[in-house]
Amino acid sequence: MKSLILAAGAFALSGTMAFAAAHAETVRLGTEGAYPPYNFLNDAGEVDGFERALGDELCARAELTCEWVTNDWDSIIPNLVSGNYDVIIAGMSITDERDEVIDFSDPYTQPDPSAFVAMAEGDLSSGVIAAQAGTIQASYVATEMPDATLLEFATPEETVAAMRNGEADAVIADKAFLEPVVAEGDVMFVGEDILIGGGIGLGIRESDGELKAKFDTAIQSMKDDGTLNALIVEWLPGSATF
Amino acid sequence: MFAYCTDPASLDGLAWLSCYLTTGKHMNFYWSFGTVLLLLAITAPTALLFGYAGASAARSTLAPLRWFGQIYMAIVRSVPDIVFFLFFVIALDQGIEYLRHVTLCPDWDQPVRQGNDFVVCTAAKMPLGNAPQWMHEIYGAGLAVLTFALVFGAFAANVLFGAMRAVPRAQLETAEAYGMTRRQVTRRVLVPQMWVYALPGLSNLWMVLIKATPLLFLLGVEDIVYWARELGGTKSPRFTDYPHGDWRVYYFGFLLLFYLAFTKVSEVVLSRLMARLTLGQATAGGEAQRKAA
Repeated sequence: MKSLILAAGAFALSGTMAFAAAHAETVRLGTEGAYPPYNFLNDAGEVDGFERALGDELCARAELTCEWVTNDWDSIIPNLVSGNYDVIIAGMSITDERDEVIDFSDPYTQPDPSAFVAMAEGDLSSGVIAAQAGTIQASYVATEMPDATLLEFATPEETVAAMRNGEADAVIADKAFLEPVVAEGDVMFVGEDILIGGGIGLGIRESDGELKAKFDTAIQSMKDDGTLNALIVEWLPGSATF
Repeated sequence: MFAYCTDPASLDGLAWLSCYLTTGKHMNFYWSFGTVLLLLAITAPTALLFGYAGASAARSTLAPLRWFGQIYMAIVRSVPDIVFFLFFVIALDQGIEYLRHVTLCPDWDQPVRQGNDFVVCTAAKMPLGNAPQWMHEIYGAGLAVLTFALVFGAFAANVLFGAMRAVPRAQLETAEAYGMTRRQVTRRVLVPQMWVYALPGLSNLWMVLIKATPLLFLLGVEDIVYWARELGGTKSPRFTDYPHGDWRVYYFGFLLLFYLAFTKVSEVVLSRLMARLTLGQATAGGEAQRKAA
């Protein structure tokens, strides 16, 4: 609900300058390419995953030509606001903090639970927890788990590796990312899932109201005809649908 | 790549490996070696040029030029590299786009800074928003080369500045006594003799530059370390035809060998160059060469 109000507020705000910016025909989509199943590089070295399928479909519906670009997670927001690409589509949860800097489209996933994964059962409240830097999970550990030690890494891959080699007791990330990790068999989910963040949305410059409106319409049409749910079922098994 | 690669799960041993090592992703990895070598080949001479210009400016008799050279060396050497690579590039990019914006879209009435956003008119985008991806990559690489050259140029300027002062004063005085102008002294006596003093410092810089390539990814250039990390990471069978565990150690081991071989070759070349430059110089090395001959 909160995210709805925020999105509505942001929409009203951006509506006033909706026709301010002229747009090139080509829209550049920035992603991380290291967060399966949301986005990753396939064997051919191309961006693939849930967001690839989603982004291509959204662009087709909004009648935009889209180009995929990969960018480091750390600098993904600064590069958006300085105009190196036009949209962030990188499994980015909608949060108030980020919303102050950029705008978000309507969410295209339900708030996805985050989960802990560890080698063995144990009490995590005072353990060492690995998380990717600049994520909602990292700020969750920093603020909600006062006795735990937060260990931050630049890529999601490194957080899992740190847990496997014993540097960290557990790793926290979106459950959909950890699902395939657990499926390999040597690690397990520990503790309760936690609900943080307001769903995942496209990150768009605050001055780009027109583009945001186009994507909101496209997302809504995918929600209405069930194609978004089909994509979620295909790529993010276990996640809630709309 | 090979015909038998259609179903990798059924392969094993060398056949599997030959398919695995020729995926599109691995091809990108191999290409990135070329990119890195090419960027180094462009950056090193550019940095040397910046260094020479900086050192010459710092020695100038014109006070403003001298201050400029000294300020360039002092500021760039004291700002952390990472700050340069994160902020300077974005600022440079925005500066270029702003200049284009002012000249190409004089009728634009919106502010360029809208909160956090940097908004210029479509025609001022650099490169244009609808340009193909390779244009963006070339532009990114160009910015990278310029930034590297600027940073390493400041260090090189300092090395060359010191080297110029290390040339024995008597050599320059003799040239002056022959009636050479200041320009002639510089070109015929100072510059040919300074390299022997500059080379140890410059070779250090070269070695550091070789290993600084991972900074390229901050600038959007996918370098060898980026691909090694990407390829070596755990791959689960859901997302690839070639699942494997954490193989980063092998990829980084390979990079280690590459860097060792590269620096070894550099060392050999540099020591030959040193021997060549020492010839006939009034240094301990030159004296040793003279006695051995």
